[in-house]
Amino acid sequence: MAPVMAEAASVAAESLGGGRARAARTVLDQVVLPGEELLLPEQEDADVPGGAGEKLLRLNAGARSRVRVVCGPGLRRCGDRLLVTKCGRLRYKEPGSGSGGGVYWVDSQQKRYVPVKGDHVIGIVTAKSGDIFKIDIGGSEPASLSYLAFEGATKRNRPNVQVGDLIYGQFVVANKDMEPEMVCIDSCGRANGMGVIGQDGLLFKVTLGLIRKLLAPDCEIIQEVGKLYPLEIVFGMNGRIWVKAKTIQQTLILANVLEACEHMTSDQRKQIFARLAES
Amino acid sequence: MQRGLDSETKKQLEEEEKKIISEEHWYLDLPELKEKESFIIEEQSFLLCEDLLYGRMSFRGFNPEVEKLMLQMNSKNKREEVKDEAVELDVSDEEMARRYETLVGTIGKKFARKRDHANYEEDENGDIKPSKAKKMFLKPQD
Repeated sequence: MAPVMAEAASVAAESLGGGRARAARTVLDQVVLPGEELLLPEQEDADVPGGAGEKLLRLNAGARSRVRVVCGPGLRRCGDRLLVTKCGRLRYKEPGSGSGGGVYWVDSQQKRYVPVKGDHVIGIVTAKSGDIFKIDIGGSEPASLSYLAFEGATKRNRPNVQVGDLIYGQFVVANKDMEPEMVCIDSCGRANGMGVIGQDGLLFKVTLGLIRKLLAPDCEIIQEVGKLYPLEIVFGMNGRIWVKAKTIQQTLILANVLEACEHMTSDQRKQIFARLAES
Repeated sequence: MQRGLDSETKKQLEEEEKKIISEEHWYLDLPELKEKESFIIEEQSFLLCEDLLYGRMSFRGFNPEVEKLMLQMNSKNKREEVKDEAVELDVSDEEMARRYETLVGTIGKKFARKRDHANYEEDENGDIKPSKAKKMFLKPQD
């Protein structure tokens, strides 16, 4: 990894020193550093002096259809360009069906969670004050959860939530100016698996990048883990995983495997799973 | 004197009053600001970027409710749900129609009085025969 990073760093430093912004298309899946500016595909041609003739033609041909590009985590809008704010690999996703432009984001690694609206997280109830619960989600401040935000909860029929319980919920309000707010129902009023997580089990913390890797649709780790023995896992986007199996030993094995699989190569992982499957 | 004023002079007076009032209003002496249409939308959520699976998982039947949820939530993303539901019908539509047909007869028999049971005689196959016309009182002829 070290020589690749050194190369990437030198290339990035050149562009920063030179002051020229690079085209986002050419930098896909490469390491980008904070402070770099990236050009979107429409603007690249405009900057090249040789393409002046082409540019004129295109303008005369009709309105240049500007598509809406979404800049995701790790990127900010800076005039007409994208400004990188986190170091990592630049990724791009093609537009799905109709909604034009596609999504650019930086695949970075961090342990500290910043609340984001719509994320499903695991929280620990720390206090019960009047009508709201204070939930610790690993961010800068505790989130608040109203007792009415559970499925089938009314003023008379309060949910059975105690201090120290684990809650799986999603954010409705999460910005840097306000205290984050969570709910355990979706917009239709159904729980959809959210609410208090049951008894027993083990909660442990991992990096945010690992959670996203494990929740990817084609994740081999989860498929292999599922073949070992009956178990239940809950992933929170704030870096917390809760696991439960039939015996304590199985639960601990599972927790260790999930924590360690971040730094293992796929061969090492297969060896370990083979050994576990035997025993 | 107000009485002697014509309509014209009245109008002029009104206009002058309006002028004075509008001149006293404050306004900003700035050039027109054009609204910049931004083609870049900022989102801080990873949900748009990557198709992530649903966060609760259960394997090998440990928690059947969660396994049902898994199928539901993950297929919502992939939109294959419609096909699966069509195949999983327990009872076909034809069977339901047949059952309902016979059901009307059997329930009707329960509430019919003894005399009306004759109307619900069964055929050889066990199907209910169509009910005959009710027997009315026949006045005896002389």
